[in-house]
Amino acid sequence: MQTDIIISGFGGQGVLFAGQLLSYAAMDEGKNVTWIPSYGPEMRGGTANCTVVVSDEEIGSPMVRFPDAVIVMNLPSLDKYESLVKPGGLLVINTSIIDRKATRTDIRVVEVPANEIAEEIGDRRLTNMVLLGCLVSNLPILPLAAISKALKEHLPARHQKLIPANMQAIEKGASFQAAPVR
Amino acid sequence: MARELLKGNVAIAEAAIRAGLTSYFGYPITPQTELLEYLSARMPEEGRAFVQAESELGAINMVYGAACTGARVMTSSSSPGISLMLEGLSYIAGTEVPMVLVDVMRGGPGLGNIAPAQSDYNQIVHGGGHGDYHVIALAPANVQEAIDMTVLAFDLAEKYRSIAVVLIDGSLGQMMEPAELPPFKPLATQFPEWAVRGAEGGRERRFLSSIYLSPPEEEKANLRMLRRWKDVEANEIRYKEYFMEDAKYVVTGFGSSGRVALSAVRAARAEGIPVGLLRPITVSPFPYKVYEELSKKVDGMLVVEMNTGQMLEDVLKAAQGRTPVEFYGRVGGIVPLPDEILTEIHRLVEEKPAVGGHPRDRWMDRMIKMN
Repeated sequence: MQTDIIISGFGGQGVLFAGQLLSYAAMDEGKNVTWIPSYGPEMRGGTANCTVVVSDEEIGSPMVRFPDAVIVMNLPSLDKYESLVKPGGLLVINTSIIDRKATRTDIRVVEVPANEIAEEIGDRRLTNMVLLGCLVSNLPILPLAAISKALKEHLPARHQKLIPANMQAIEKGASFQAAPVR
Repeated sequence: MARELLKGNVAIAEAAIRAGLTSYFGYPITPQTELLEYLSARMPEEGRAFVQAESELGAINMVYGAACTGARVMTSSSSPGISLMLEGLSYIAGTEVPMVLVDVMRGGPGLGNIAPAQSDYNQIVHGGGHGDYHVIALAPANVQEAIDMTVLAFDLAEKYRSIAVVLIDGSLGQMMEPAELPPFKPLATQFPEWAVRGAEGGRERRFLSSIYLSPPEEEKANLRMLRRWKDVEANEIRYKEYFMEDAKYVVTGFGSSGRVALSAVRAARAEGIPVGLLRPITVSPFPYKVYEELSKKVDGMLVVEMNTGQMLEDVLKAAQGRTPVEFYGRVGGIVPLPDEILTEIHRLVEEKPAVGGHPRDRWMDRMIKMN
């Protein structure tokens, strides 16, 4: 099985890190995985996205046009990717800063006020973890515990103290379940 | 060794260290810079030489000097930087000293852009610097292969007193993938009989140069290099096949084009189309014989590249009109996606293009209509 995921938002929202954490978790679970960022003359506040492909077999293209699942952290990302999600696919929307609804009815949509949740936990920089928790809990590819394990395994020692807050964010995000396809 | 999640550029850098790289000279350029940046920290840690030169010209000539001592030496750059190094590369080839070059290709010509491209295939495979010389060019398509090919590049360069190039594009340099690093090789303590390292104990003077003022001497040197190249051609062809056992159609591409094509080939197989993938790993020497044999068996070939059809010419040379060949390319820093290649597979199978005419012309007509 292969699952193609895109995470997209403003630079600085933790788009690339969320994708890397997902990739570490997939690797530790014995999967094949690729992580590829959009790279270019980019800056904080510009657009950033990464594509993560998780597969049981050798991965061909690390880039995809029609993803199985997308996290959109800002409006330009929703505008760009909503139409590209595969029918039956998953769309995770950060409603904190996106003020429009998804229009597709043939995909699973889940709305998460991720900035507010992150602020409640105590750090707005946890927004990406809230959304990643939601994504993973709505896909059959990895157990949520794989993400927390990856944090412990791969976060440098100086950041290990941040794990409890990150876990709280991931679990809170995971409690948001996508509505089935209408 | 456990798998680690590694970025292509970083993986190549660490693989080079483990392969026994003792001297690195380079100059930053996107999308290759992480390679140099990583080595700037790791080489001093290992007590080895790292120099960020004042320019690509400086870097390649430092490489030339270090290579003459028999050291394991490497530089890396990206397209415009490689152009600047070509004079030095020709001198290194003419002096018959080994070195490893990593080329992380980006969009061109000129300053171009920093997006992934394969438009320097001809520059690396068919020339670059002046004079009659060949380089060994390895084109990995994933991070594990990039590691393995880097280690191999050092061995081949030394075995054949040649330049060995690891040829990738920006996307492989920038992407992360789990891969296993090789164990550390012990550093060389013995050096080749040609290496200039100071004449200890008054042994006979050694002399390395690319200057042969006497044409008969230069002819001899050229033929010596050619003989060595013939050995490379005979012994070092590498490629990878997927779904080829019963394939009636073949898609072929090197590096990233090849791996993207794998997704399209899988999708076509799922539809029942008997198509396989041939991904050359050595693009120099090019596996002509493999393509020649295939052209006698299959009903059509599709060449996919991130350029306007450079490897295509080598495939056509091998196929000799025995089977229809079609071409699909994206250029200027655009990576083709699997659905585009799948469309081209359908075209190849359904339209059964005639042998004759040039595939690039047919592709261009389609591209012009698209734009």
